Amino acid sequence: MSGISLQDLSFSYPGSSFRLHVNGLEVAPGAGFGLLGPSGAGKTTLLRLMTGLLQPQSGLVQLGNTALQALSEAERRAFRLSEVGLVFQDFALLDYLTVEENILLPQRFRSHTSASASDRARDLAERLEIGQHWQKLAGQLSQGERQRIAIARALAHKPRFVFADEPTASLDSRRRSRVMDLLMEYTHEQQACLVMVTHDTELMPLFPNHARVEDFTS
Amino acid sequence: MMLAALHLAWRYVARHRLQTLLLAGALALVITLPLCLRVVVQATEATMRERAVSTPQLVGARGSALDLMLTALYFKRQPLPPVAMKHLHELREANLGSAIPLDVRFHAQESPIVGTEIEYFGLRSLRIANGKMITRLGDCVLGARTALRRGLKPGDAIFSSQEQVFDMAGIYPLKMRITGVLTPNGTPDDDAVFVDLKTAWLIQGLAHGHEDVSTTRDTVLKTETDNLVANASVRMFNEVTDKNLDGFHFHGDTSAYELSAILVVPKDPKSEALLAGRFLKGTNAVQLIRPREEYDALMSTLFQVQTLAFSVLGLTLIAAAAISALVFALSFRMRRREFKTLGDVGVSPLALSLTKLFEITLVGAGGLALALIITLFVQWNASTWVQLLLK
Repeated sequence: MSGISLQDLSFSYPGSSFRLHVNGLEVAPGAGFGLLGPSGAGKTTLLRLMTGLLQPQSGLVQLGNTALQALSEAERRAFRLSEVGLVFQDFALLDYLTVEENILLPQRFRSHTSASASDRARDLAERLEIGQHWQKLAGQLSQGERQRIAIARALAHKPRFVFADEPTASLDSRRRSRVMDLLMEYTHEQQACLVMVTHDTELMPLFPNHARVEDFTS
Repeated sequence: MMLAALHLAWRYVARHRLQTLLLAGALALVITLPLCLRVVVQATEATMRERAVSTPQLVGARGSALDLMLTALYFKRQPLPPVAMKHLHELREANLGSAIPLDVRFHAQESPIVGTEIEYFGLRSLRIANGKMITRLGDCVLGARTALRRGLKPGDAIFSSQEQVFDMAGIYPLKMRITGVLTPNGTPDDDAVFVDLKTAWLIQGLAHGHEDVSTTRDTVLKTETDNLVANASVRMFNEVTDKNLDGFHFHGDTSAYELSAILVVPKDPKSEALLAGRFLKGTNAVQLIRPREEYDALMSTLFQVQTLAFSVLGLTLIAAAAISALVFALSFRMRRREFKTLGDVGVSPLALSLTKLFEITLVGAGGLALALIITLFVQWNASTWVQLLLK
């Protein structure tokens, strides 16, 4: 199994009545999976459980052949750095770095800043229409441009698992479809798994496989 | 990982360069102050030491020994009670060593005019680099730096400055002929204008020159026995020339003429001890000091002040370090979200700690570099500044 598998996953925050339980969830390689739900329903919590940023009380999260619960904290970090691409809801860019530096940041910490990685990052930037801002500081760009930098950063190191939290929220419809095309194309080409959190029902046709988070919570 | 952490730290510091510069500047100042203090004290020591050591004894009017030393050795511009010429004669009659008179009361703009005798140049190893030595009344030779700074050469002229601007009855500035320029010796001599002792008295007004009253009858106010009294129309000379040289003359008892100090070079240790003994009496109008001892006392005081300043500056340094630590702590606290994101992406805690450490190191290194630059600048100029302080 090289996709994503969740089995009997249980999670709750200490002192909170919020409960999340997933009996089983599978995301096949080369496919996208949509997570729907209103604000505060627990979409981001589930995403963080799937990436190993939160630890479940019980159950299993398996990314490819790697069971996250079997890894130490340091191993999970290393795994995320090399195998996982994350698009944060608030983009989480470093304003004092240029577009190029932001996109190549995870690779720099992996000591993988080769010319080909830089070329690939540049190519992604061009496709996301932020190539003209390559040497500009991220802090100088608009919300939409920043969101596209965050997407380029998530894909630049060719991760096998991409988790995107509302990646099209700040984009107009033309750019939204361009970003979605890029994400789907990447998923197919790299046989990667894409899990995308969204509340945009217009995007649901792109995700034949999807779930509503409310179904997992109590 | 190290390079990535360093790169991230550098980019943050470079992006916030004003804040970084302020913090580094504050650190630099607290590091620089004790260093500069040390540099200035060392420069003072170096500037004053050789001169004090090379002057065995000094005679001057009773009063502040330090003032006497600063005036006679460094030509510091300050009021000093004069010593009469008769004491020079007494010292010479004692035949215990050579006595060199010094008159350091007048200036040519910023340059002290030093009235002395030819032995002074031998004592200070001063030679003529250009031109010739003083040949007559009204001549002067320039210290090397004075000549260079004012672009003067032999054949040019220099005026003495009026010491009292409001002294309407005072004497006019004397135009002096420059006969030579001295070799530099890196001491206050380089900034001086040297004249014969009589020229110094001429500047003081003890001597003067005017047209011959006996041949210009309309300048005579009244005729007395063996004496002619001139009226106000008599033409006074403010420059000594070969033509009017004979028109200059001194009035009064020359043994009462005043000097600033007398440099004494005893023949041998016994003579030195005998000379010291002669001036021991507290009732004496004059005193004899050993510049070396005065210098040691001055440096001892300076070192005490330095030690005290070091203690205060040490506390300031601790306070500055504590404030810097607080600034960094607050900065990192404000950037918690940024570091959390990096951690979420997969950057290790070690790499994040290294990033923070590099930021602190870069600011600290910036502060040290600034401190070094300031200290080198102070060191470069310290001796000039000390010489200015001694003026």
